[in-house]
Amino acid sequence: MQQTRSVELGTGLFVLLGMSALFFLITQTTGSDAFSTSDAYSVTARFQNVGSLKPRAPVAMSGVTIGRVRNVTFDPVGLEAVVSFEIDSAYDQIPDDSDASILTAGLLGSQYIGLQAGGSEFYLEEGSEIQFTQSAVVLENLISKYLFNSGGNSDGN
Amino acid sequence: MFREMYQVFVEFVRTFGALQLFFLQLLLNTPRIFVRRFGLVVQQVHNTGALSLVIIMVCGFFVGGVLGLQGHSNLARFNAEDSVGTFAAFSLLKELGPVVTALLFAGRAGTALASEIGLMKATDQLAAMEMMAINPVRRVLVPRFIGGVIAMPLLAAVFSMIGLFGAHVVAVSLFGVDAGAFWQQMQSTLDLSDVGEGILKSVVFGIVASLLAVWEGYNAVPTAEGVGRATTRTVVITAIAVLILDFMITAVMI
Repeated sequence: MQQTRSVELGTGLFVLLGMSALFFLITQTTGSDAFSTSDAYSVTARFQNVGSLKPRAPVAMSGVTIGRVRNVTFDPVGLEAVVSFEIDSAYDQIPDDSDASILTAGLLGSQYIGLQAGGSEFYLEEGSEIQFTQSAVVLENLISKYLFNSGGNSDGN
Repeated sequence: MFREMYQVFVEFVRTFGALQLFFLQLLLNTPRIFVRRFGLVVQQVHNTGALSLVIIMVCGFFVGGVLGLQGHSNLARFNAEDSVGTFAAFSLLKELGPVVTALLFAGRAGTALASEIGLMKATDQLAAMEMMAINPVRRVLVPRFIGGVIAMPLLAAVFSMIGLFGAHVVAVSLFGVDAGAFWQQMQSTLDLSDVGEGILKSVVFGIVASLLAVWEGYNAVPTAEGVGRATTRTVVITAIAVLILDFMITAVMI
């Protein structure tokens, strides 16, 4: 009797572990946003073009990650992308005239939001909006600009 | 020469056909076992699944760790270290999880099944059951087969999960890849069909590995040598079958 009990217990544990592993793989490795920072305030910013910015991308200041993008939506009235992101409450003294730009980590890397500190005496807080933004750099635009500018003066190259 | 080749071919087709009939026989007996003797299945899930957990988890962790190392050092050349999560998840979920688990399963559980059944045959236990009007296929083979089929996908899922954890430990804790980028890139690239492909593979491999182990044990020559040979053949044939099937499934799914 004791034998069967331990066998059943082991089997139950194994099946539960397997099921939870399956559940983990289905929910956590595929697109879903079950991720929240514990103590953070959320800020929005409007961009002309967000490139391929995705939810959960890092928000960095001076290269240090201080928050995460929560979602990226399109404003049908203003015809702009609205990015809302969360910043860790530990960093609550960021001037409210800081500017946000969408940068790329490495040549093929993922995109993230970089904040540049401004000079205001007021700080960003829950619900505030960043006024100064710079869109993502779209590689195709850069290339076409380069091609058209250099088309005229062909000095041996 | 030609005649011999013809005979080998005919023998191969005959064995293959016998295997299919054997598979059918197992399937036909499955519902009865589920209803009447579910305890036997539970015991086999314990034998093949729960007892294989340690090897699966240790191997999974280190396979994931290697993916983290290789992925990071190679992707760093393109400044794309952040993609190491995607790389590890794709490799684990679609290929390494099901395939390596199936190979480990054949080594750990398949050999145990084949030698156990082979020894039962060699010591006339199966014949004794028939004497007592107990169907050995139903009483011995089906629970072992079903246990393996249930255990294998769960083991593969555990393997992939622990592997991702290993990759995370190496890439994030050791090399300082951003944890958010690791998961975010993975989540934005993978979708449900990728996980589904891995699950499909692990189910198919579970059926194949269990079927071959039970088959080899049941058809072992009832001597010490025969049981040993059946055990070896189980691992060899399972490995070949799993890798060929993996290629075929990938070619279809891609």
